[in-house]
Amino acid sequence: MALYILRRIALALPALFGLILVTFILSRVVPGDPAATLAGDAATPAQIADIRARYGLDKPLLEQAFVHVRQVLSGDLGNSVFSGRPVSEEILQRLPATLELTFVALFFATIIGVVLGLIAALDHNGPIDHLVRIVSVGGLAVASFWLAIMLQLQFSMEWDILPLRGRMDVALGLPPRITGFLLIDSLAAGRFDMFVDALRHLVLPAVTLALPGLATIARFTRSGVLEALQKDYVLYARAAGYGRVRLAAIYVLRNAVTVTVTQVGLLFGALISGAVAIEAVFDWPGLGTYAVQAILSADYKALLAVTLVVGVVYAVVNVLVDVAQALIDPRVAEQIS
Amino acid sequence: MAAIGLFIVLFALVVAIFAPWIAPFPDDAFESHIMQRLRPPSAEFPFGTDNLGRDLLSRVILGTRSAILVAVSVVLAAMLIGVPIGLAAGWRDGWMSEGLMRVTDVFLAVPQLILALALGQLLAPGIGTAMVALALTYWPFFARTVFAETRRLRGSLFVDALAGIGAHPIRILLLHVLPNAAPAVLVRATIGMGFTILTAAILGFLGVGAAPPTPDWGLAVAEARQHLPEAWWFATFPGLAIMLLVLGFNLLGDGLRDAADPRLRRSRE
Repeated sequence: MALYILRRIALALPALFGLILVTFILSRVVPGDPAATLAGDAATPAQIADIRARYGLDKPLLEQAFVHVRQVLSGDLGNSVFSGRPVSEEILQRLPATLELTFVALFFATIIGVVLGLIAALDHNGPIDHLVRIVSVGGLAVASFWLAIMLQLQFSMEWDILPLRGRMDVALGLPPRITGFLLIDSLAAGRFDMFVDALRHLVLPAVTLALPGLATIARFTRSGVLEALQKDYVLYARAAGYGRVRLAAIYVLRNAVTVTVTQVGLLFGALISGAVAIEAVFDWPGLGTYAVQAILSADYKALLAVTLVVGVVYAVVNVLVDVAQALIDPRVAEQIS
Repeated sequence: MAAIGLFIVLFALVVAIFAPWIAPFPDDAFESHIMQRLRPPSAEFPFGTDNLGRDLLSRVILGTRSAILVAVSVVLAAMLIGVPIGLAAGWRDGWMSEGLMRVTDVFLAVPQLILALALGQLLAPGIGTAMVALALTYWPFFARTVFAETRRLRGSLFVDALAGIGAHPIRILLLHVLPNAAPAVLVRATIGMGFTILTAAILGFLGVGAAPPTPDWGLAVAEARQHLPEAWWFATFPGLAIMLLVLGFNLLGDGLRDAADPRLRRSRE
């Protein structure tokens, strides 16, 4: 098992290395003269030359690439062209907000998705099955930003029962920062009112973000359960007289859930992408709004750093998912090693 | 279900092709009428009017054309990059094949939207850039699909027989392997259409896609945000159009997949 995990990590490394190279190429080749960009519009040629020398932009491209890889590996993502602060600092500041939103959405999508998929499979071709199918087909077709706005329109503007934007009511302030996850930090500070408020702020963005995932998970769980129901061991268990609930919970779900776990991992990337647009709608102070701000202020350093960080998070999640899958189904690990 | 999808897609195609003749006010693509701004839906303007007094129904109809045009160009371009790479990498083993697939993995390791955003920004935002960015992020899916099909087919009897009678590898790949991989590519392309329409809409919404006054669905939703909650119709109808068209392509893709190969695995996204 340990060997499998190591092997899986080793497999992810070339892709990450390639990712660093791609961001380098994008940063050096595409935006014209980076020294001129850094110096600003009013800079004299001498100032530009000075910046070029200071940032090593006069060195051969290959050497620059080498330096870039070394910098990134040591956690230095450069300074924001816009604010002048280190990009890595700004990203670390904002990452917890995005991760909290994503985890809550993922949690929600998984629980509801698995339950819906299971119910639909047990009601094969019945009315519930059709209803779940409509939800799952529709959930994948909705534009996240639009759904977010529609929910805002209804729940925040029309009925005024959920907050319109942000992570926390300004009047409440913020709990002392420990993890950056407001749900955890507020409980750690013993402020239950803050916890409830953070949760209320999470509902709309998390539901919007979860919907495509929920749809995918429901769909895969459904087909996984249907397939598992055909297996001989289920037939045996049925012949032995097990009730439907017990059958589903013990024999079917575990076997059906392997496929679902892979999907959860693949979804994580989609969730992060979806978070960008959703954060923009809800003014959620995470990586997504950071990326959008970077676009508006033409801050290519920040944008490339976000690309890199998201790529790394994505790769880590995929390794975790493969390991989880191997833990649930040991045959997966055997097949590969 | 697949029939519904086919119907929606065909309907959208007809609307896209004849958009300027179907739209009640085709000139509203670029004209504005400030005096009648933000009118609610009525007999004259079934979807209402937008912030510049333009008929929303006309703009949704005209937007169909650009949405489909973008999706078709992006998917075709992605195919042109991905299919040859998949064929080349799948045919032989060795460092070339390995290298190509590693590059493919790198592109798959970044969520498409983020990479498209970065590219879109770096190459000066606009619909053209958005299309380049989307094509550059979608080709790996074709490369993967064709790679798997080529690997599966290259050891089969008919390929051996063709090689035995001296057929050139390129001839075998293009005339014999590719047609066999076509169903899988077609399914990928159909699903890719829906996916591209969604992502292009997000790019438009975030301001790195279509620019005003182009009738674009994502852009329209972004413009509508400032006029909520009063002008609910302004945000609602363009979003419904996105959903309907994506739904059509997804349903059609599902149907095609079931028809082509029931065992074909759903891949990522």
